[in-house]
Amino acid sequence: MDIAIACLICFIGGMVAGLIGVGGGIVFVPAMTAVLSKGQVEAESTSLLMIALVSVVGTWRQYGYGNVNLKDAAVIGLLSPVGVLIGVVVANAVPERALRIGFAMLALYMAWRLLRRVFKDGPSDPADPGTEALADPAPDSPAGTGASA
Amino acid sequence: MESRRIIGLAAIGTLAGAFSGLFGVGGGTVIVPMLIALYHYGDRLATGTSLAAIIVIALLAAAMQGGIYGNVDVETGLILVGPAILGVIGGTAIQQRIPEKSVSLLFAALLIGVAIEMVVG
Repeated sequence: MDIAIACLICFIGGMVAGLIGVGGGIVFVPAMTAVLSKGQVEAESTSLLMIALVSVVGTWRQYGYGNVNLKDAAVIGLLSPVGVLIGVVVANAVPERALRIGFAMLALYMAWRLLRRVFKDGPSDPADPGTEALADPAPDSPAGTGASA
Repeated sequence: MESRRIIGLAAIGTLAGAFSGLFGVGGGTVIVPMLIALYHYGDRLATGTSLAAIIVIALLAAAMQGGIYGNVDVETGLILVGPAILGVIGGTAIQQRIPEKSVSLLFAALLIGVAIEMVVG
């Protein structure tokens, strides 16, 4: 029964991943700790394996829809290990409370930027959900680079 | 690709990686809003590109956790990933059919939730 509940929660996690482009770990980890009684580290580590597989399928689907800029994704992905190392070092040097508050402020700033874009531009046309409603063409805009990138 | 753009994307990758190293989650929470805010990505393009970048980040982190520390429960992961994959196929399909700004609203709600969890969790 527990595994069925965990599967249902992970299905929802996959939906979240597909809808908003995150890996889904934010849902997978609690499914394993709360429902399957896994330890936090084991759940987070197993979640990473799931995130990798879910992201492969999600990318394949989004590529088909023309929603992937492979060049930019490669630069971000391949340079992220540098950040992982920095993160591990910083995590051991700075109090966790300060890190949490720092990231909370960054998250709120990003939320504010997103909401400002939404309400500044006005609601998008629901009859044409395929439009790049938030795209604000700029010299370095990636618009049109999608699947062909 | 111009060098300024590469440096900016590298900064996003580094920040996303740092977030993963700090809090043990994927970097999508950082990548999506930054691509939208800094590079004027449309919401769908940002989420698709984020998923592609996350493949690399998660594979490396999972390989380290599993290969070096033996913390990955492969059997449980493979059982749970089946429904998760069905979910991501459904989620990407739904995303193409809803107004693009709904994605931003959902993401903003997620960020606010994460911020609250970071402070009170």
